Amino acid sequence: MSRDNVDAMREQIIAVTVLGDDRPGIVAGVTAALADLHGNLEDSTMTLLRGHFAMVLLVRTGASAAAVEAALHPLSANGSLVINTRVLGEPALGQIRGPSYALRVHGADRPGIVAAITGVVARHGANIVDLGTRLGDGLYVLTAELQLTSEASAVGLDAELRGAAEELGVDVRLSPIDDDLL
Amino acid sequence: MTAAVTAWAMPELPAGTVRRVVRAPDPVLSTPGIDVDPTGSVTIELAADLLATQAVSPGCVGLAAQQVGVALRVFSVDVSGHAKTRTCHGALVLCNAEVASATRRERGREGCLSVPDFTGDLARARRLVIRGQLPLTGEWVEITTDGFEAVALQHEIDHTDGLLFLDRVSGPHGIHPRRTYL
Repeated sequence: MSRDNVDAMREQIIAVTVLGDDRPGIVAGVTAALADLHGNLEDSTMTLLRGHFAMVLLVRTGASAAAVEAALHPLSANGSLVINTRVLGEPALGQIRGPSYALRVHGADRPGIVAAITGVVARHGANIVDLGTRLGDGLYVLTAELQLTSEASAVGLDAELRGAAEELGVDVRLSPIDDDLL
Repeated sequence: MTAAVTAWAMPELPAGTVRRVVRAPDPVLSTPGIDVDPTGSVTIELAADLLATQAVSPGCVGLAAQQVGVALRVFSVDVSGHAKTRTCHGALVLCNAEVASATRRERGREGCLSVPDFTGDLARARRLVIRGQLPLTGEWVEITTDGFEAVALQHEIDHTDGLLFLDRVSGPHGIHPRRTYL
């Protein structure tokens, strides 16, 4: 696609998700294909989930989702990666208000830990803005960053999290995150 | 907050002029500063201007020469009245400062006037000894401090070395959108 054709279309944000077998060069391959489409990367995240490659990135481009998918097709042709694209609306970069808290949970692995803990968080109107979980040899670890509705809401949330953690047999810790502006 | 007892006093500087604060990605922020003559008129004027600019910038507890567009080893710090301050040396300007000892590293989240969109997670020493020269007299002084003042001094010395907090952030999930302050 020529630069002129790209510019002729309205630019949009396309979410690209890439999942599959990890190997060196996946990020380079995906982003090179997007650069060829004159796509501009915005926010992205990538990690390994129990050894599986997992990436989500947002690309602003004049190319269609179908064109992006076609450009990335060679990377998924051998079946080792699954790549999906989806057009997103303009990002809702709402102003972040309300205090940030770190949530840390660890304990013996069992089904339902994340559901029970995040259910408590949701009931208190707190928003999860970052989350990761890891399973070790029988040990389950959850870390998250929460945006609370108010400083005062931390007390009730903390109490209910402790109750839920006791039922689950896990440890929970909720602690404020302060910004130091220098 | 504890006012530090020192054998030296910050010399009285002429009234300064407020300068424009530059933002990343301005290349001056990545330029290591060169040593200055603390007794020279350029340095004395810069020292006064840093204090004046810092004083009119909301929430600003320190400012380095790079942040007003000059790559020199001069910075100001004033953490008086900040809620997290323990030991406090008041408003000061140091030239050619370097870290002599940094211990008790703790992780925190910092923001910077020159990086208005983000905050970052990084570890900084909470016990600190630095050496530097006072403007006007050129006297070499040693500052031993802790807590928030230690963090602020390390942040400013980094600026004079051409480093932003972005250069020290703890990992790929260590950069956050900056919250807005009401």
